Amino acid sequence: MAAGSSPASPAVKKSAIAALEDRLFRFFDHRRHRHGAYALLVLCALAVPFVGDNYVLEILTNSFFYIILCLGLNIVVGFAGLLDLGYAAFFAVGAYTTGILTSHHGWNFWLTIPAAVVFSILAGVIIGGPTLRLRSDYLAIVTLGFGEITRIVARNLKDVTGGASGLIGINRPSIFGLELYQIHHYYYAFFALVVLALFVSYRLQHSRLGRAWQYVREDEDAAEAMGIDRVAIKLYAYIIGAVFAGVAGCFFAAKMTAISPETFQFMQSATILMAVVLGGMGKIPGMIVGALALILFPEVFREIGSMRMLVFGVVLILMMIFRPQGMWPERRN
Amino acid sequence: MSILQVRDLTLRFGGLEVINRLSLEVHQGGIVSLIGPNGAGKTSVFNCLTGFYRANAGDIAFNGESIVKLKPHRITRMGMARTFQNLRLFKNMTVLENVMSGMHCRTRVGALGAILRNPAQRAEELEIRRVAEECLDFVGILDHRDRLSKNLPYGDQRRVEWARALATRPHLLLLDEPAAGLNFDEKERLMALIRRIREELQITIFLIEHDMGLVMRISEKVIVIDYGKKIAEGDCDTVQGDPKVIEAYLGREEE
Repeated sequence: MAAGSSPASPAVKKSAIAALEDRLFRFFDHRRHRHGAYALLVLCALAVPFVGDNYVLEILTNSFFYIILCLGLNIVVGFAGLLDLGYAAFFAVGAYTTGILTSHHGWNFWLTIPAAVVFSILAGVIIGGPTLRLRSDYLAIVTLGFGEITRIVARNLKDVTGGASGLIGINRPSIFGLELYQIHHYYYAFFALVVLALFVSYRLQHSRLGRAWQYVREDEDAAEAMGIDRVAIKLYAYIIGAVFAGVAGCFFAAKMTAISPETFQFMQSATILMAVVLGGMGKIPGMIVGALALILFPEVFREIGSMRMLVFGVVLILMMIFRPQGMWPERRN
Repeated sequence: MSILQVRDLTLRFGGLEVINRLSLEVHQGGIVSLIGPNGAGKTSVFNCLTGFYRANAGDIAFNGESIVKLKPHRITRMGMARTFQNLRLFKNMTVLENVMSGMHCRTRVGALGAILRNPAQRAEELEIRRVAEECLDFVGILDHRDRLSKNLPYGDQRRVEWARALATRPHLLLLDEPAAGLNFDEKERLMALIRRIREELQITIFLIEHDMGLVMRISEKVIVIDYGKKIAEGDCDTVQGDPKVIEAYLGREEE
């Protein structure tokens, strides 16, 4: 009897966590509770520049930037179930569009955004069109290749992209006569983008298109039999994901005022994908959690120096073993 | 008048001839069965009809139009729906969401509509939901609408598949072994349902089935194939008495 109780204890512990998650889900099922929580979060976020120093703002702005990228990649990987290892390519397209148009051609920053959207869509079609007929592993390899091609093109197209040394002197945007140059300006700009990205993600998830992605992810053949054009639906996911990254790239270029091809290495794509998996693929709040974890972890553990990447790796492995669905809890039916 | 006309259909996997110059017709408003021993090529025929396999030769006309080169989703859009021999539900989605998939090809709002949630989008969502609930009600599992489809008992999962196929608003419904795994009562209800689909929804039925009792009770025409070739065709009595059919199923008597 006594022996029987010890293996049961982890199960009990696990169900306690699950019960807590269920209670939280039920609490936030009430519209008023949910909206209250949103309001509180937004107020906190808006208040940070009044209390935090530049270091905190810099880290949080960077987190916001990654939240947007994660939300975009989540549409591709989480919603549509396509493994994309070259997502940084789309982010590069946006950043380079803004960089080239403002520094070489003197465009206003805000006008470069629609241009970046158009180029992102084009990049999505060019990369997605031929590759989305492939399934799973093959797609991952091809996207990896395209990601590298984009970076190498940026490095070698010297006259346009500035080659390996990149572009400098990208114009700062201004809004209503106020030039955005201080960190808290960008903090608010990226925060607004995060809210917009969350809104768009949520609306897409709960729509005909969002369901179609889920059908294709669950069973491609059955989806096809239901009259869903799987290639077109995947291309849609790819393009929308590309636009998220493209627009984020515009603001990234404006904030940094300088970009170089080394910003868009494979590690960049891998980092974003890691945050998506860490947070929980397909779960919108999970993207916030994943991106924050990825950016904040190395900062919080700065004291342990070079050990922190090792610790981070161990944490990731533990996650894979004990919580493969990601940090954000799964809703149980 | 035939809704489906197959002429000299041939399908090869490498050197293996799975379907060999098969011709058949399904008449408008009928209940037609395709039978044959295991491995005769029945499901392959269905896969050719629905565009999952590309036939090597021959022609398939649906409502008078050739569909032999079309992709599955185009064929579904034209009004041919199918169910699968092994259940192919979207397991982690609710029953209602499963059935809503059928309406995808009858609706058109895209990303922009979804983001803006304009009146057209909201009206369309309501319509999708209404049709899906209607189909669930028709097969009798509306109560389960919010459950995850993988948590349903097997018989009800089959019904989700039928509702999902009905939600594509087909003219012709292909059922691949609809009675497989069902118990006696469920089979009786299946037969009633098939008749209701035909009478109330005016949908032509073409089915593959191994349960001969069910086939003989429900079909107006039976087509028998063996080794990818048609060996007999006609009403139930004709087919049952045909020596070729008896041979295909039971083998030839030793001389």
